[in-house]
Amino acid sequence: MLKEVVATMAGNVWKVVVNEGDQVETGTDVVILESMKMEIPVAAETNGTVKELKVNEGDFVNEGDVIAVIE
Amino acid sequence: MEKNQVHEELRQRIEKGGAEKYHQKNSEKGKMFVRDRLKMLFDEDLDIEDAFFANCMDESLPADGVVTGIGKVNGQTVCVMANDSTVKAGSWGKRTVEKIIRIQETAMKLEVPMLYLVDSAGARITDQIEMFPNRRGAGRIFYNQVKMSGRVPQICLLFGPSAAGGAYIPAFCDIVVMVDGNASMYLGSPRMAEKVIGEKVTLEEMGGARMHCSVSGVGDVLASSEQEAIEYAQKYLTFFPENFRSKPPVQEAFDPETFEKSISELIPENQNAPFDMYELIKRLIDKDSFCEIKREFAKELITGLGRINGQAVGIIANQPRMKGGVLFHDSADKAAKFIQLCDAFNIPLVFLADIPGFMIGTKVERAGIIRHGAKMISAMSEASVPKISVIVRKAYGAGLYAMAGPAFEPDVTIALPTAQIAVMGPEAAVNAVYANKIAELPEEERPAFIKEKHEEYKENIDIYRLASEMIIDDIVQPDDLREHLNKRLQAYQSKNLTFTERKHGVYPV
Repeated sequence: MLKEVVATMAGNVWKVVVNEGDQVETGTDVVILESMKMEIPVAAETNGTVKELKVNEGDFVNEGDVIAVIE
Repeated sequence: MEKNQVHEELRQRIEKGGAEKYHQKNSEKGKMFVRDRLKMLFDEDLDIEDAFFANCMDESLPADGVVTGIGKVNGQTVCVMANDSTVKAGSWGKRTVEKIIRIQETAMKLEVPMLYLVDSAGARITDQIEMFPNRRGAGRIFYNQVKMSGRVPQICLLFGPSAAGGAYIPAFCDIVVMVDGNASMYLGSPRMAEKVIGEKVTLEEMGGARMHCSVSGVGDVLASSEQEAIEYAQKYLTFFPENFRSKPPVQEAFDPETFEKSISELIPENQNAPFDMYELIKRLIDKDSFCEIKREFAKELITGLGRINGQAVGIIANQPRMKGGVLFHDSADKAAKFIQLCDAFNIPLVFLADIPGFMIGTKVERAGIIRHGAKMISAMSEASVPKISVIVRKAYGAGLYAMAGPAFEPDVTIALPTAQIAVMGPEAAVNAVYANKIAELPEEERPAFIKEKHEEYKENIDIYRLASEMIIDDIVQPDDLREHLNKRLQAYQSKNLTFTERKHGVYPV
């Protein structure tokens, strides 16, 4: 089953913490956004493997944009 | 047949509720029979039941599909109405509505909490003339709820559907607990939505418990079972007085849970790094006392009841772990209702501020963040209970105002030694003031210049300077915070304040 990790708020992708193929658990940070001068970690909401990363560091994402796909 | 025997048989028949097949259907879904719910909820079942024989001339409508009465929860008297979904799907007939209205009137006269155990398909269309448009029709239930609001606690436990007009019972309650998978609220069913507006949607998606507790915010607490919902209500009630005239009961005091990391070790030095505010809350309140409201909704702000040394408090805390703790339209809305709830029933408020400000950008402006923010600030200003503002790490911009900043008559503003209060954070401020200057500088000189200005700015907003100016009232060591709050709460117990004289404000809703 595929599950998307989406941006919780608008901001810039500051750090991509995982690589494609990495194992993640619920609560593992996938990327850290930078918004409102704050670091905003965005975590996986499921256990699985990172199938696809949809963003690069420096990208702007809007709330709800897909950041990664977990399998 | 002998009279006594007739009476006894009738009583037994009514107590059983609807037909066996409906009991069966309910139990397959994990739904308890209404009378079993009541047994579980009350210390010892209902003490008094009203209009038990309502509609007893019609064999198919025992108690007319609703149980009403009075019982005790944690020794405290409460009134209750509870739909029986084995009787015509818990629909409302003429007598159902009259029973609900009467128990509400009783709750108002006795000035005791009112519980609504909802599991109903809505109006019984065959009875509409008798139960819908008239003076004592269903509309009166809602009118009464509005009148009772803030006088006595009103709690809704939603075990099944709450359809059409019926969906307003939860809406007017202080709190709505929904059972995942069974509870739902909607004005028009999926079937009706398809017919009338052509939308194809499932009940869960449109009006399910999970949706309402995490997206719409109409639900407050998502329970995994009926038992969990009932236990939540029992715990919730321990924080409340029976009505607005009294104070919340003081319970036995407990130390907080013990942890390896102390508060001072918990809070990161870097203002911009996330930390988990729940970890701080757990270290401030009595063990196991936290009773959170809207955990699944607008998670960047935490609202919940807890106890400090046995004394009930309402906690409003920014959560830097979620969305940086920035306030959004939904979190402001969540705060406004929670503050009103606590203020109505004399529960002191503790604000734990760690906030970079209100969110900016197109999305939130279109969602009306300004009016939702104004709503939160209205509720917070008007609250006349003891109001303690703690600046945990930072309070920037209007975030300071929303979290009961000094201008909003908190009884005290205290800060941890590393806290910052400013119009904006150092990075944003230096950028705002020196953007042109920075651009003019040769690239290699920029970092040093920016760093120098950061330091200057930080000095300017130094927390000891703010204390020296008496902008904040005290600076407290993190590990002394609980004891400090305890002393303040004790001292402010006799606070007696009328906010202002008028009919009522014109609220930014």
